[in-house]
Amino acid sequence: MTESVTTTASSTAGTGKPFLELKDLQVHFPTDDGLVKAVNGLSFTLERGKTLGIVGESGSGKSVSSLAIMGLHKGSRAKVSGEIWLDGAELVGMSVPEIRRLRGQQVAMIFQDPLSAMHPFYRVGDQLVEAYRVHNEVPKAVAKKRAIDLLERVGIPSPDKRFYDYPHQFSGGMRQRAMIAMALMCDPQLLIADEPTTALDVTVQAQILDLMMDLQKEFNSAIVIITHDLGVVAQMAQDVVVMYGGRVVESGPVREIFYRPEMPYTWGLLGSIPRVNRGGDHRLKSIRGTPPSLINLPKGCPFQPRCDYQQYVEGHSCTGEVPELLQIGVEDHRVRCHIETEKRKQLFVEQIKPNL
Amino acid sequence: MGRYLIRRLLQTLVILWVISAITFFLFWITPANPALLICGKNCNTETIATVNANYGFDKPLIVQYGTYMKGLVNPGGREIGSEGSERTCAWPCFGESYQNGLPVWDSISDAFPATLWLATGAAVIWLFFGVMLGLLAALRKGKALDKFSVGLALFGVSFPTIVFGYLLLFLFIVKLQWIPFPDTANAALFEVGPVKWLQFYILPWITLALVFAALYTRLTRANMIDTMNEDYIRTARAKGLGEGTVIFKHGLRSALTPVVTIFGMDLGGLLGGAVITEQIFSITGLGKFAIDSVLGNDLPAIMGVVLFAAIFVVVANVIVDVLYAVIDPRVRLS
Repeated sequence: MTESVTTTASSTAGTGKPFLELKDLQVHFPTDDGLVKAVNGLSFTLERGKTLGIVGESGSGKSVSSLAIMGLHKGSRAKVSGEIWLDGAELVGMSVPEIRRLRGQQVAMIFQDPLSAMHPFYRVGDQLVEAYRVHNEVPKAVAKKRAIDLLERVGIPSPDKRFYDYPHQFSGGMRQRAMIAMALMCDPQLLIADEPTTALDVTVQAQILDLMMDLQKEFNSAIVIITHDLGVVAQMAQDVVVMYGGRVVESGPVREIFYRPEMPYTWGLLGSIPRVNRGGDHRLKSIRGTPPSLINLPKGCPFQPRCDYQQYVEGHSCTGEVPELLQIGVEDHRVRCHIETEKRKQLFVEQIKPNL
Repeated sequence: MGRYLIRRLLQTLVILWVISAITFFLFWITPANPALLICGKNCNTETIATVNANYGFDKPLIVQYGTYMKGLVNPGGREIGSEGSERTCAWPCFGESYQNGLPVWDSISDAFPATLWLATGAAVIWLFFGVMLGLLAALRKGKALDKFSVGLALFGVSFPTIVFGYLLLFLFIVKLQWIPFPDTANAALFEVGPVKWLQFYILPWITLALVFAALYTRLTRANMIDTMNEDYIRTARAKGLGEGTVIFKHGLRSALTPVVTIFGMDLGGLLGGAVITEQIFSITGLGKFAIDSVLGNDLPAIMGVVLFAAIFVVVANVIVDVLYAVIDPRVRLS
């Protein structure tokens, strides 16, 4: 079972391999209630300068996958298998001291809630300096200068004064900017943003996204953006991976996913976006049911208990077998669904598109 | 910060005043007759009347309270004693003991060093072992070391001090005779030398420290486990910091904040006397002084020791509050 989403033909110079490649990543947590299968066979590739969006509802395995790239499951009870290749190095089998050298330096992460993600007892500036001096043996003054530069770069007013503030003295948007500055301290080649704007109001959200895109151009970094906000994906990403129950259910270029989606779950996601121009008498649509338990995943297609289109399946059993992630058409658009491609296209045009 | 401190210290004075008033009036409600206690065995109506007149027991209660407070507040102390043998009771004047006639303040300042050594020595022990065991248990959560620490803590908490103390005394002093019986009660370091001094204090320290060490193990363990699950610990790891830095700089500092609070209160409380431990090892500290005073219905002594102990508790509270703000910048003093 090989599943992949390739961004563009350009590869890391020399090696011919993509910059970041996940192959059949699995993350399982043994608990007292049973084995939590958080990620079951995630694969994608990403080149430098490009952005990949990972979309899915809570508990679909998005954050767990990103923590696996950082090696942050090491030392916990989580069982990680599969392969993660970053710039020619394999990360799953890497020892903690080795991967520690990559953390912050080559791969950096922007966390969701910047209030709890920054240490409340240390000054914002000192936390930035610390991030730089782990990987660079420089005097404090040099690191401090860099921290102030980056705080200014991310749009913190009077950064030389704000350097001495504590996280609780920053506003939500400023904390998120400081978090981004901290992630950028060592010029990481790969930036993982785990719901970077979820805790922010929409005006600040747009500023933060613009900032991330500017910085991506400047540093030519690869970005993995994890979100359940499809608007963020549309704005930022070139490619999208839609996850459900720890599996990829649809993946492809952002235009394909938004304009020609074929998986019923993606239809549900797109259909549940509130629209102001639709008139006031429409109810906000939702996908019926609840996300699946990761301990007892549904038999067959993971989305089957919530799927409204099972009557269109021919020759397969939704409850019997897991559909494979198959490429359809061109441009690496892949879908995991038992409904025939032609039927899906027809369903989308006739039933889904008019309501979007 | 400065204004906060001044306000807190003024509050402290008010609290101490309330405590003094309550203790004073509480003891005057009790049926004990002070004049009877003072004149001893050769009492008759006449002598009692004389004593009452001399000590001012015949005056209204509020006047007596005023006289008492004057001794505490007036830098020159106050006049004391029966007619013919009047003398000045120097500041701070807690009056004279009904039992032996000595100024209460002299007895307190004599008893205090023993309590001070006992409490601080035990504090060092329980803080070291409590935090260390708690930290190790948290880092090895669910493993053998964790279960051992939790078990030990449960044992320590539930073992009565009085049993544990006598057990130590019986085992090491009586049975094994590793340590001579502490006949040098109230041993001062410079008088007996460090070896004898340590021999004298080691068992009392362990006795007193056991319960606290157990409580601190549990407290540190619980806080450390909570802290290591915080998002900022994940951030620290994501920066590429070594595990040592993550645990000590980012984890332990947060986990110890509540421990500092409790430690200040506990030590402050113990400086007013560790009653049971002092009783077991015949240490003539404040705890033993307090017991003797209570048993003898010795009002000035009880008042003195209660107020003296209260000072430590109240001051410890202020120190802890200030310290908390120093450790956690989110706490603002205003």
